[in-house]
Amino acid sequence: MMAVYIKELLDNFRDRRVIINTLILGPLMGPVIFAVMISFMTRQATERMEAPLELPVVGAEHAPNLVSFLERQGVIITEAPDDPEAAVRQEVEEVVLRLSPDFAEAWEAGHPAPVELIADLSLRYSGTTIARVRGYLNAWSGQVSQLRLQLRGVHPDLTRPINVQVTDLSTPESRGGMVLAFLPYFILITVFMGSMHMAIDTTAGERERKSLEPLLINPLPRWQIMAGKLAATTSFALMTLGLGLVAFVFAMGFLPVADMDMALNLDLRVAAWAFLLCAPAALMAAALLTILAAFAKSFREAQSYMGLVILVPMIPSFWILIDPTRTETWMTMVPLLSQNVLILDLVRGEPMNLAWVGLSLATTGLAAVFLAAIAGTLYNRPNLIFTSG
Amino acid sequence: MIEAKALRKTFNKGKVVAVDEVSFSARDGQITGLLGPNGAGKTTTLRMLYTLLKPDSGGIQVDGIDPANEPLKIKRALGVVPDSRGLYDRLTARENIRYYGRLHGLGRATIDKRIDEFVRVLDMSEFIDRKTDGFSQGQRVKVAIARALIHDPRTVLLDEPSNGLDVMTTRALREFLRQLKAQGRCVVLSTHIMQEVAALCDRIVIIAHGRVAAEGTADELLARSGEKTLEDAFVKLIGSDEGLLA
Repeated sequence: MMAVYIKELLDNFRDRRVIINTLILGPLMGPVIFAVMISFMTRQATERMEAPLELPVVGAEHAPNLVSFLERQGVIITEAPDDPEAAVRQEVEEVVLRLSPDFAEAWEAGHPAPVELIADLSLRYSGTTIARVRGYLNAWSGQVSQLRLQLRGVHPDLTRPINVQVTDLSTPESRGGMVLAFLPYFILITVFMGSMHMAIDTTAGERERKSLEPLLINPLPRWQIMAGKLAATTSFALMTLGLGLVAFVFAMGFLPVADMDMALNLDLRVAAWAFLLCAPAALMAAALLTILAAFAKSFREAQSYMGLVILVPMIPSFWILIDPTRTETWMTMVPLLSQNVLILDLVRGEPMNLAWVGLSLATTGLAAVFLAAIAGTLYNRPNLIFTSG
Repeated sequence: MIEAKALRKTFNKGKVVAVDEVSFSARDGQITGLLGPNGAGKTTTLRMLYTLLKPDSGGIQVDGIDPANEPLKIKRALGVVPDSRGLYDRLTARENIRYYGRLHGLGRATIDKRIDEFVRVLDMSEFIDRKTDGFSQGQRVKVAIARALIHDPRTVLLDEPSNGLDVMTTRALREFLRQLKAQGRCVVLSTHIMQEVAALCDRIVIIAHGRVAAEGTADELLARSGEKTLEDAFVKLIGSDEGLLA
């Protein structure tokens, strides 16, 4: 078994393509995409919040008071396009404010005066702008209503029976955790990326080179040969995982966390915990991919299966992203899901629940051993050995 | 010493009968040739001998060991050069051979000593420390043979050993097989090439359509068929010239 292990490592370390793909690109891809994505997102958000707001207004002459209020707030009122609906639809303008000729009339009569915001709410990027325009309009509306009440000798507080205050208990770490929601996926994927090439090379590749038949003639129980291969694949997965985590720790240093008023709790200590949590997943990924690849007759065929398997670790991550809930005990017993929730807890800076860690390690480890045992029996099937007949 | 008794192997749930009632024996100090057209069941028979396939019925004994009972022990007794050489391209010839030595559980010193011997006998000094990527067929066969014999087995099985070899390499190979025979080993090779059997084999087992068509020395086969040349005898014994002229 050791002989197989050493040979597979030596064999694959000789392949420069493998080294570049799994040990350099694999671990780097996650952190780089992640860092670029996050810094881009935050920069976009802050820019949109702080950039001067340009607002095309149709019929500005109907409500000069409102328009001058907006201008005092720093809004740049621009000439409205001839066809505002078309302009928004073609994404020339994000929001257009339309004041109808009825505005003055309704205003005089003391009725709510119609103000129309034209926008496409399905365009996500326009959300911030719409919110800002709404905020200004509400502020003006509040001001005017206060003045009106005061004119009639009514205390404006009468219209505010309650005063809602939110006490935000979030810490910079927990706000950082929100941003890092996708981190577990990027960590878990390194395990799959790291074992992918090796899993194919040691099984489908061996078959394609027709070296499997001579190999199995050696006086070794077949499960031992498979165990050596699995151990080598798992080693690669762990290496990729370790390198990926270190790369993440460094990538976090480049993020403009201070601007976001949050702390990213991803130091080497957290990385070590994450490594421990994902270690059984490495064996699981290695065994899963090895089983799949063993059924393939060639490298290419195996690769086409792998594309789908890479999606597997995504499922729990997406689920958590779509339906964020508190970590519960049952979650820590589901492989891949447990790594997701526990890594999230880690980066939120919450104290580790050792029982949960234990459950996660045990259940994932069990699943991994189960898959590995299946892999161990594969070479007892003649149809997986011979390239033909 | 190999004893095969009434071996039968079917594929596709019994629909395709690859080998049917094949019995033969191969003695130590002799070269036994399994001769037959392509698809006659030679490779399947060999695969049963080296335990990668389980016979549906029938029995095998190698030096008195039954593969059904002691599969690992029989693998230690055999040296096998299968049809597919299957070298690892990224490893050197020496590393390829050493890997198999370690799989056999041999010590480092033993392996190195045996490799030095093979380098001398098989004339491999030029390429022993090169990566096998780009090796010629002849070089590949030599590495495959050294790899298969690293543990000094008493019984040697070779599937189509001279496939794709040029004349010089074939001659060297035959010389090497004669040496193995002279050392008292039991050598079994499969081939579809008449000249090979005639030049090399002490005993010939003719296999056609999954069955043993005839067995004996070259002279016995000639006598039984009443033909003058081995080729004619072969055609007569298997009942057709199918696959021979290829």
